[in-house]
Amino acid sequence: MKKKRVHVITGHFGSGKTEFSVNYAMDLRKEFDKVAILDMDIANPYFRSRERQKLMLEKDISIHFNTYGYDITEDLPAITATVRAPLENKEFETVVDVGGNDSGARVLNQFRKYFVEDDCEIIVVINANRPDTDTLKGCLEQIDSIETEIGIKVDAIINNTHMLTETTADDIMKGFELCRMVSQSKGIPVKYNVCEKKYLEKLMETARKQGYEPVAIRKAGEDSEGIAAFSGGTDDAGEGKKQEKMYVYPIELQMRPTWLDVII
Amino acid sequence: MEKKLMKGNEAFAAAAISAGCRYYFGYPITPQNEVPEYMSRELRNVGGHFIQAESELASISFIYGAAAAGARCMTSSSSIGIALMQEGLGSCVVCELPCVIINVMRAGPGIGAIQPAQADYTQVVKSGMNGDAHCIVYAPTSIQEAVNMIYHAFDVADEYRNPVIICVDGMIGQMMEPVIIPESRAVIEEKDIEKTKPWALCGHRNRRDRNKINSVFLNQYELEDRIMNRLLPKFEKAKKELPEWESRNLEGAEAVFVAYGSTARIAIEAMELLEKEGIKVGIIRPKTLWPFPDAAFDEIDSKTTKVVISVELSLGQMLEDIRLALEGRYPTALINRVGGILLSPVEVAERTKAVLGGMK
Repeated sequence: MKKKRVHVITGHFGSGKTEFSVNYAMDLRKEFDKVAILDMDIANPYFRSRERQKLMLEKDISIHFNTYGYDITEDLPAITATVRAPLENKEFETVVDVGGNDSGARVLNQFRKYFVEDDCEIIVVINANRPDTDTLKGCLEQIDSIETEIGIKVDAIINNTHMLTETTADDIMKGFELCRMVSQSKGIPVKYNVCEKKYLEKLMETARKQGYEPVAIRKAGEDSEGIAAFSGGTDDAGEGKKQEKMYVYPIELQMRPTWLDVII
Repeated sequence: MEKKLMKGNEAFAAAAISAGCRYYFGYPITPQNEVPEYMSRELRNVGGHFIQAESELASISFIYGAAAAGARCMTSSSSIGIALMQEGLGSCVVCELPCVIINVMRAGPGIGAIQPAQADYTQVVKSGMNGDAHCIVYAPTSIQEAVNMIYHAFDVADEYRNPVIICVDGMIGQMMEPVIIPESRAVIEEKDIEKTKPWALCGHRNRRDRNKINSVFLNQYELEDRIMNRLLPKFEKAKKELPEWESRNLEGAEAVFVAYGSTARIAIEAMELLEKEGIKVGIIRPKTLWPFPDAAFDEIDSKTTKVVISVELSLGQMLEDIRLALEGRYPTALINRVGGILLSPVEVAERTKAVLGGMK
């Protein structure tokens, strides 16, 4: 499988695409010299990766959104032509943070030629605690609507099941079970299970208890060769038992201001 | 229903449907578009009706009609869209038509900006309507609180036969939180409307005199009678029965914040930051903006409190009501941002220290 360098992050609105995208771009930058994040969210004017423009630039990550720069929230459904640069330039690892649902993904169509290349992967983020993606049917409908909109098949699933500060390891495991069903139905892998770093050990322990072999991703590039970070494969765990790997992607929250977690 | 992770706007719509709202009319405007989007998708599944109106003026006119027919109905908009509704809203007040309106506030005046603000305080509380009109105004600070208030608002609207506004800033509409949507209420069937709303225009079928709802008064004494003997007693009752607030840490506080919506959460975090530095600050969080919770201010610790600080995203619109409630008992100050910019907890803490420093 060809190494992926363009990572398109799609999914239902509110599933956590931007949080993952920003984390992923920062992790990629630790492994690669040239990393870009493209904020293609023109569906929603709040909680977009462009709000972390300064952070991205501090981390030497190229960020593209509109043509105006800092703190411009103009809700014109427009993005800058410079987004093409990191899509064209094969030296770049590029994270494409897309707006929610099929309507948010519509913007991808004008750049379709880059996304059908075999160095691009289309990823769908699923949070099983969101009401529209809490069942297999809901997830499949969401994926189908995005695929229909962009005319490209989704390549992989990211389980980003959480409940903000109330998240438990069981939430993530519940999401993993749902994503495994989606995986089997669509024939695509569960690439990662996103987990806040502070819950990592607890999740690893819970996953082991439930009979999985959890693998914490240490480098964002690790999966890029298509060698490691795919669930669905099984390894011999001895005594004839097959153990399924569960790839856990640790993140630190970048998008959420602390005051949002004040208890009311 | 089990706990789900929902965006504010989605949850508002879900709560309205649970509360028995079956008619929604609205026109798109950021940052509340997920409300009509949700309604357009979900209302039909429960036998309800969604109409995208051609403007906010049309939305409120649809509301007038649906409410007059006795339906539980809702519209939602943002700031400038609410401004456009004022004429129809006044008609709903004088005709005593119950309805719920969600205002997800953005920055103004005019088209302004799409980012969060609280500069509609005067518009919704003092009323942009002509005449002696009031809307009952709730100001939730979390999505769960908003859901509970919306669920309750339909009952309040029916009880008072008056429009109820749920006033949130753009952040509450756009942010995500775990939330439980209350159980769906039984919807009153069309044939039973006149039992609970005997004034509603649902057809007399030759069994009674016709009902009449009319906002034009050819006889001015009739209008005076409506205002003095119907609206005024209702407004007085509301002032007695409806004010709601939450206060924290008032005892021994050097300063007291007054804040609602997102700003209250920011102020609470600022309060915690200040406490670490040994500065004790309390907070009064109005949950109703009209009627304003005047009685909350009687709880302030007169032995320690030097100043009452309004923390808000406007030029100090709520500060005026705070001063009226305080009746000169404490000096006041304002910590604010405008134009769609949020305060940060650190900024609130620093500015509080400057306020207290200036008083020594």
